Amino acid sequence: MTKFLSCTNMTGGYGGEDIIHGCDIEVDRNQIVVIVGPNGAGKSTAMKAMLGMISLKEGSLILDGSDISKLTPQDRVAAGIAFVPQTMNIFSELTVEENLEMGAFLREDNVKETIEEIYNLFPAMKDKRNQLAGELSGGQRQQVAVSRALMTRPKVLMLDEPTAGVSPIVMKEIFERIITIKNSGVAIVIVEQNAKQALNIADFGYVLVGGENKFSGEGQALLNNQEVRKSFLGG
Amino acid sequence: MENFEFINAMVLLANFVIVPALSYGSQLALATLSLTIIYGVLRFSNFAQADWMSFGTMATILFTWLFQSAGINAGILPTALLALPFAIIVTALFCLLIDRSVYSFYRKQKSQPIVLMIVSVGVMFILQAVVRFIIGPNDRKFFDGEKYIVHALDFKNYFGLEEGLTIKSTQLITVVVALVAMISLFYFLQKTKLGKSMRAYSNNEDLALLSGINPEKIVIVTWIISSILITTAGVLYGLDKSFKPFTYFNLLLPMFAAAIVGGIGSPIGAVIGGYVIAFSEITLTYAYKKFFVYLLPESLEPSGLMQVLSTDYKFAISFIILVIVLIVRPTGIVRGKII
Repeated sequence: MTKFLSCTNMTGGYGGEDIIHGCDIEVDRNQIVVIVGPNGAGKSTAMKAMLGMISLKEGSLILDGSDISKLTPQDRVAAGIAFVPQTMNIFSELTVEENLEMGAFLREDNVKETIEEIYNLFPAMKDKRNQLAGELSGGQRQQVAVSRALMTRPKVLMLDEPTAGVSPIVMKEIFERIITIKNSGVAIVIVEQNAKQALNIADFGYVLVGGENKFSGEGQALLNNQEVRKSFLGG
Repeated sequence: MENFEFINAMVLLANFVIVPALSYGSQLALATLSLTIIYGVLRFSNFAQADWMSFGTMATILFTWLFQSAGINAGILPTALLALPFAIIVTALFCLLIDRSVYSFYRKQKSQPIVLMIVSVGVMFILQAVVRFIIGPNDRKFFDGEKYIVHALDFKNYFGLEEGLTIKSTQLITVVVALVAMISLFYFLQKTKLGKSMRAYSNNEDLALLSGINPEKIVIVTWIISSILITTAGVLYGLDKSFKPFTYFNLLLPMFAAAIVGGIGSPIGAVIGGYVIAFSEITLTYAYKKFFVYLLPESLEPSGLMQVLSTDYKFAISFIILVIVLIVRPTGIVRGKII
């Protein structure tokens, strides 16, 4: 049975040499998939390819049975893929609530309900709703970034290093929220540097090396895999 | 009598400094708003903006003449106010034509802001030529309707003062129209979905794209808003004084000075900057001799003009303020973007 989002044999790069070679990533609803690997392994590139931000030479991308490989990034957003970039992921000069409204820019229906749902998920957002997003702390900004992406009610949520540069406590909180989002039926793909913690919450993990799938398997299985531990998790 | 002297001095100041500076400041604020909105959304310093002001005003004058020859007028208000909406449409269309044929090419190339700025200098020369070709370089007055709201002579007789206060109808129109335009603009930017998406695009272009905001639509709306503001500013300035392409071109320096003093990219900064520059220009070039004659005892009366700078140096003031702000506080009064 094919997964909800299935990206197979992705090959391509930024125009020069190929960065990813025949990379496969699949994710189902109610599932967290984590992509880990050393620096320069093509983790972010693989995610950009899934979002349509780089053009692929080969490979197929199937979302819920339909081919999305020819769609522009904007059309993929409309098709139900949301993305939280690693940096510059909020509108810093807009208020928290305006950030959420902009996240729902493509929606014509009433977004008040979704905003309330997000305030329930991130209670801190509700108190800061009229504050400029740029004035918030690092962890709260990350919450704004995830909230903005959730405003389209995505079926697939992609996060590029959501815990980069935040404290361990905030990291734990962010991961907890991601699990809550997963349980609401969203398929989640995360690219992570903090491999151990990320694999802990992952249902499935991919280890990329040199733009290829080196290992893949359930999160716990990868954590217990001697070879993976030695090479990427520091023993 | 002592009190009367003080009132006379204040009326004098109101007549020659405060009222003119308020109306000039409002005109400058509108023009600066258009400059700062283009800077904020399209990310380049538009050197053609003063000549867009000429172009818009020229279009208004042509429509005014058309209306006058057809016998249409606005009663006590200037006919130009009737012509303004039509002129805005023409200006906006021409703006969009220039954008499609010139700026959009460089946008697709993802050119640096400096390249777009130089391109805007080219557009500036084209516009100057177009305006001179159509209406000529001469000074033109296009004001009609009731000229004064408060006349100096009436004021003097009514209050029994030595000094009179004149308020021209154009000055009141300027302040009212500018206020309406500014309030509508701020409402648009803060409260409407389109306005918010413009701010979002200005703040973080990539994320705006990821949120599904259409950049082409934002660009079109930006040019339209800029045309509305700059044409209105030009018409108000022309009604208050007169229309001459070269004088309008010279407003480029005060406009940039105001934008940078206020904090470039910030609409509130543009308004503050406009008034700061206008008040500085007028307070520093006004001859205060008479003012001090009223206030000081006879023995201390000044013999000179008591003028800080000759009016010939009006533009030097913008320039000096510009330099001081860039050295001391490059972000401007309201924290804007640094160029």
